[in-house]
Formats: sequence, C-alpha cells, structure tokens
Amino acid sequence: MVEQERVRRRTQRSGRSEEAEETTAEAVGEHLTDRIDDILDEIDSVLEENAEDFVRNYVQKGGE
Amino acid sequence: MSVGRVHKVIGTETEFGITVRGDPDFNPVLASTQVINAYAGSRPRVRWSFDDECPGRDARGFEYRGDTPFDADSGLVNTVLTNGARLYVDHAHPEYSGPEGFDPLEAALYDKAGEVILARAAAAAGPLLPEGRRIQVYKNNSDGKGNSYGAHENYLVARALPFAALVQHLPGFLVSRQIYTGSGKVGSENGRPRIGFQVSQRADFFEEVVGLETTMKRPIVNTRDEPHADAGAHRRLHVIIGDATLSETQTFLKLGSLSMLLAALEDGALPAPVALADPVQSVWRVSHDPSLRRAIPLADGGTITALDLQWRYLGWVGDHARGEGADPVHRRVLDTWEQVLADLERDPSSTADRLDWTAKLALLEGFRQRDHLEWESPKLKALDLQFHDVSPDRGLYHHLVRARRMVRLFDDAEVERAVAEPPARTRAYFRGRCVERFGSQVVSANWDSLVFDVGEATLKRVPMMNPLRGSEDLVAGVIDASGSAAELVKALGGDHG
Repeated sequence: MVEQERVRRRTQRSGRSEEAEETTAEAVGEHLTDRIDDILDEIDSVLEENAEDFVRNYVQKGGE
Repeated sequence: MSVGRVHKVIGTETEFGITVRGDPDFNPVLASTQVINAYAGSRPRVRWSFDDECPGRDARGFEYRGDTPFDADSGLVNTVLTNGARLYVDHAHPEYSGPEGFDPLEAALYDKAGEVILARAAAAAGPLLPEGRRIQVYKNNSDGKGNSYGAHENYLVARALPFAALVQHLPGFLVSRQIYTGSGKVGSENGRPRIGFQVSQRADFFEEVVGLETTMKRPIVNTRDEPHADAGAHRRLHVIIGDATLSETQTFLKLGSLSMLLAALEDGALPAPVALADPVQSVWRVSHDPSLRRAIPLADGGTITALDLQWRYLGWVGDHARGEGADPVHRRVLDTWEQVLADLERDPSSTADRLDWTAKLALLEGFRQRDHLEWESPKLKALDLQFHDVSPDRGLYHHLVRARRMVRLFDDAEVERAVAEPPARTRAYFRGRCVERFGSQVVSANWDSLVFDVGEATLKRVPMMNPLRGSEDLVAGVIDASGSAAELVKALGGDHG
C-alpha cells in the first residue's frame, strides 16, 4: 500500500520541475538559519516582563 | 454515489483568549464586553436574532432537550459589522464570526481581518481602563491549564449527503490534517501524557468520535445541524477540531483542503473511507509527534502515518478536482497542499515560513539553544502564548512576518478592505452593506435574515435563505439607489435578491 502511495505521489509531482523544488528548499533553509539571533534579540525586547507571572495569570474560562 | 455538489460557502468563527495585564483578578466577561463596546463605539448597534437558531438539533436526526448546555444569552453584547461579520461576547471570550466567504481564499482573508479587528478593539478599550492596566487578546485555543476555546469552521454541504458518510470519512482526514493545521503548543493538558512540544493546541481535548457537544467530551465530528440556510437543500458542516491559525497559508490550506474533500465526497469521487482503529487516541498521538514519523493504527489491522494518509487524500481530491476543471483558487489549494506535504516529509522545519507550529517550534528551539532552557521553563510557555497575541507590536507571529521569516498571502490593502467591506459574492454583501447604509434602521440580524424598522407599525424582515444570493451583482444597484431602509424594503418587494 505504501509503495502505491509513493507512486501516486511521484505522478502528482511530475508537473513540477525538479529545479524549482530545489530552489525552494534552499531558500527556505537559508531563511531559517539566517538572522536567527537577530530575531531572538528582537523578541527579547518585546517579551512579557516576568514570564512566570504572565503565564500564571493567563487563565481562560472554557468557551464554545 | 453522487448526491450533487453545492457551492462550498465557508465561514470561520474564532473565540479569542483575553487577559488584563496589571489585574490578575480580571473579570473576562467584563473585559470582553469592554473590547466589543470599544470597537462598536457610537456605531448603531444591531441585535442578534436567535429566532432561527437551534444549536440543539442533531444531524443524526433528533433534537437535544432537557438542561440545555447551550448559552442562548450569548448575544447580549453583540454587533454586526460592515464587512458582514458578527462581533460579540460569547461566554467569557470576545468572538468574531466572519462573513460567508465564496471560496477558501476569501474565507481566509476575512479570518485575518478578524484578527485586525480584535487588535484594534483591544487597543480602543485601553483608555477605559485604570492606569497601568491593558487588555490583551490572543488568537489561540488553550490557556495551558486545561481550558480550551474554539476556532470553528463552517462549510455548506448538500443535505442529500448522508450524515453517516461524513462520520465515516472525516475522522481519518481530521486526525491526519493536524500536521498542517496545528498551531503548536508547549506541554500537554487534560490528562494526556507529558510532552515538551506538540503540533496542535486542541488535540488534547478531543474525547469522542461523534457528538453534539462543543465544551465537554468534545467530538472529532460535531453533529450540530443548524444550516442557517434552506434546510431542505443544505447542511452546515460545523468543524470544531481545528486550531485557530495565524499563518494565512495555513488558514487557506485548512479551509481549502476540507472544502475540496467535501466536494469530492458529494460527487461520489472518494473510495471507501479510511477507517482508523482508534480515532480519539490517534488525535493526540499525531499531535504529540512533531517528527511526524509515528504510524497510527487502521481498523483493517494496518498502520499509516498522518503524512501518508494526507498524501492519499490529496491524491483522491486532486484527481477529482482536475477532472472537474478546478479554478485557479482550487488549483492553488492543491499546489499548496502538495508543497507543504512534500516539505513536511523532507524536513518539518522547512515549513516554518508557512505553518504556525513549525514557525513556533523553530523560535522555541532558538531560545532553548541560546538560553539553555528546559521545556518546563516559563519563558517558553510565555513565548508560546505571546506568539498568538493579536497586537502587531507584541505578537510574535507579527514579528516573524515583519522579519520576512513567514510569508503572507494577502497584502495590507486587501486586509484593510476586508475589515470594512463585505465579500461581494455571498449574502454577506447584503448584510454588510445594509449595516453600512441603514445601520440605525437594522433592528436585528442573523445569518439568514435582517429585520428593519422602517417607521411603520410592523418590523420588516428580509429573509436570506440562499447564502449565494444577496451578492453584489444582485443587490448593489437597489441598495445604492435606496435613500432609506423603507425604500430598500419597498424596492426589494417580494423578491429579496
């Protein structure tokens, strides 16, 4: 069954060029490792003061 | 068996989390009321009419009676917006019910508009509060302490489709789609096994396969049968198992994949349902496995991963849609779905630019490594909560978007239009435009009617039983040409568009 699925998958993807997929993958990977420290520093500057207190006081009533 | 497809009108409802910084003993009902009132401001207030609502009606063919678990008073603080949405206090949360979208892209846009509206509402409530206090609103589904609140999806479905068919087909789909619908959560709740991080906010709370409840013993397939349309022709499938999603791609994919599955089901284009051996256990088992490698048991004795199960659904739905000649929006659903599954399979973290759970996980892992934090650290839980803050200044999702670490589907101008103007191709157009033009004369509204006070002895009710009528091409002319609600009602005559 699993083998059949993989065949189906390849067929599905046949419309897409391999090259395009490679480019996307690379771009995403770069995106994620790049500037990670920058974003952590930025978030540090806006993070709720006293995390413990903030988390403790975040209590919701059930809804729906 | 083909039962004849109905156009998949889609709407989302979100209950937002709320807290008051500087007041640990805040009253959530009061705070929610302040948020809604601050946004409504001096605009005419439109009451919500419950005349046609019947949340106790069960799609399996009976009516719930006795002590009703449903809160019929939830419309006390209510307003209807010019974009056709309903904004109100539901229990102890502010809730935004988006207008009817013509397709998954439009429904996702109006879902995003709801976040902007709540962010502005919370900011507008600021001046009403004592010095040092601030209302903060969250688009998430859990407080991390065992309390969950919902993000519901609604899809128009053919009445002729037997509800039993939905019950057979949906569990396998809804359990496995979590890999691209989850918003991610630090820790577990509701007695589920301890874990550092899981895929979904909601998974820990599902305890039944099928049922009418939404607040306790939550079912994977909800049976509320309240079509808000001609009940002879339509159902409204009410899906309660999804997470509230911030990523626009994710909301689009969540709504697009299920609406296309439903269309395939109506056309009789799906093979025999994939039956899970234990759907309830599988919900949290899929969510508790961010590696996406765990296989879940099938009723026939085999096993399958959530990814492989989703590949199957994509194959069936894609074959059906391409055979039917899918339009660009639905082709985009298929492309997004395929790319997301392929990337999840290769490396889940490669989807962090499109999915909330992987974006959140990447951020948390960054902090864990830099600050040497354990999963139990309050800082990680605080980061988890703050990811969902709707404020553009505080919300971490917004920081990731501005840093171009997450992609968007919509630009600011499109979202701004959706905050103010209704969808053009559904009855939400009529509702929104009437509120805009004749708001002070709209006495009450609900999904399928508007009631006007035209200064006569009796109020005038305009029914809107067909979700696709009342659209711009049908009613814009008469709305624009009418100088008052009385003229509008007269012009509509017996035919209400």
